[in-house]
Amino acid sequence: MDLKSILEALLFAATKPLSVAELAGLVRKGADGADPESAPLAKITESEVEAALNVLKGEMGNRPVRLQEIAGGWQLGTAPAYARWVGGQVAVPKPPRMSQPALETLAVIAYRQPISRAEIEAVRGVAVSGVLETLVERGVVRVAGRADIPGRPLIYETTELFLEHFGLKDLRELPNAEELRRAKLPEPPDPAAAAAQPELLHEPDPVTIQD
Amino acid sequence: MVVGITETTGSPLRVTLPIFEGPLDLLLYLIKKDEVDIYDVEIGRITGQYLSYLEAMQDLDLEIAGEFLVMASNLVYLKSRTLLPVDQQAAEENAEEDDPRWDLIRQLVEYKKFKEAAGDLEQREALQELIYRRKAAPPVALISEVPIPGSELGRVTMLDLIHAFQKVLERARQKAGFREIYEERFTVADKIEHILDVMARAERVVFSSLFQEMTSRSEIVVTFLALLELIRLKHLRVIQPDPLGEIEICSRTDHGPEINS
Repeated sequence: MDLKSILEALLFAATKPLSVAELAGLVRKGADGADPESAPLAKITESEVEAALNVLKGEMGNRPVRLQEIAGGWQLGTAPAYARWVGGQVAVPKPPRMSQPALETLAVIAYRQPISRAEIEAVRGVAVSGVLETLVERGVVRVAGRADIPGRPLIYETTELFLEHFGLKDLRELPNAEELRRAKLPEPPDPAAAAAQPELLHEPDPVTIQD
Repeated sequence: MVVGITETTGSPLRVTLPIFEGPLDLLLYLIKKDEVDIYDVEIGRITGQYLSYLEAMQDLDLEIAGEFLVMASNLVYLKSRTLLPVDQQAAEENAEEDDPRWDLIRQLVEYKKFKEAAGDLEQREALQELIYRRKAAPPVALISEVPIPGSELGRVTMLDLIHAFQKVLERARQKAGFREIYEERFTVADKIEHILDVMARAERVVFSSLFQEMTSRSEIVVTFLALLELIRLKHLRVIQPDPLGEIEICSRTDHGPEINS
């Protein structure tokens, strides 16, 4: 039994992305006590598995089912051209698309995590508590803990589901990751005050502005 | 991003106005429309455009979020500074950046990057949407249309529920001494608690028994609303074990031994 075929069988049966480490473990475990021919597989290394995965990915490149690196692992998926036949028919329906505010908020979190709500608001220039709640509910963002600054505000980070939803291998795959991570954030007005006053409950009275 | 707003208040006027995610988004749009570089923004000009946009929003009776007004006041402040002779301008706290526009420009540049990153995420989302991967079956309790074991008629439609509810009301009407009591006030929230309380004690409850001790029409109605709310929130499920039998209510976690296995 060759490694590549075993990997293909494993990936076919899996219902979630499998990491190279997980795949290597599964191959070794299966080879334990198998026929003498498969015995060397009991000592397979992660780099060998990774190499085989890349060969497999290349071979499947023109097939209707392809190999995708996603959310820190590998998983088989149907090629986009077949979506009209597969989608909504046999496959689990896709979750709804993200709204524009959700995408902008996610982008800020993805590049700057872990990040507090006040810091997100400083970048976007609008209140984000509602959007943030929705993102947490959808499971693409989670609370990562509390920041070590006055008021100890909650800080947020993206989840594996975020990577899966956007078809990302890992956070490094985000475009311009270097530049956007390094860029200096606009300072939130006052973290302590913002944390103590979680919501703007009512809008300020309308003001007439004369040019 | 540009979304049409249509007045629906009977007026034949149809207006299309871009919708902005916030004041920074609006400013970026104005700068882009003017085809100037963010770093060369003329505060006086952009302030005028910004304020006239807010006026247009007001004319259309659109609600203007507080953030837009905060930005408006900031812009007017920046503009007022530029009108003063240099030697009379109030000293900024960080003197090394004597251009008061700098904070705003930096914020705009920053926001623009993330807005572009959001656009990129959107494209990835659209592509990934077309790729179907195998998924684990969702937990049984999350599937809304689980057939009830042993019965084809297990599922209850809204019509069945309403029908059963009418029967309850009918029964209440026949009760001696039944009359409207205005002093009683029932809230859906209270009844939700009541139902959850009942469900905590019994796995399954016959629909009509929920209303057994109730005598006022409003209490029955409120209880029914509470039940609908709980079904909507997926706390409860309604089933009909026997064809034409009584409707029963059970909690979501109880999904019968056959489905569990």
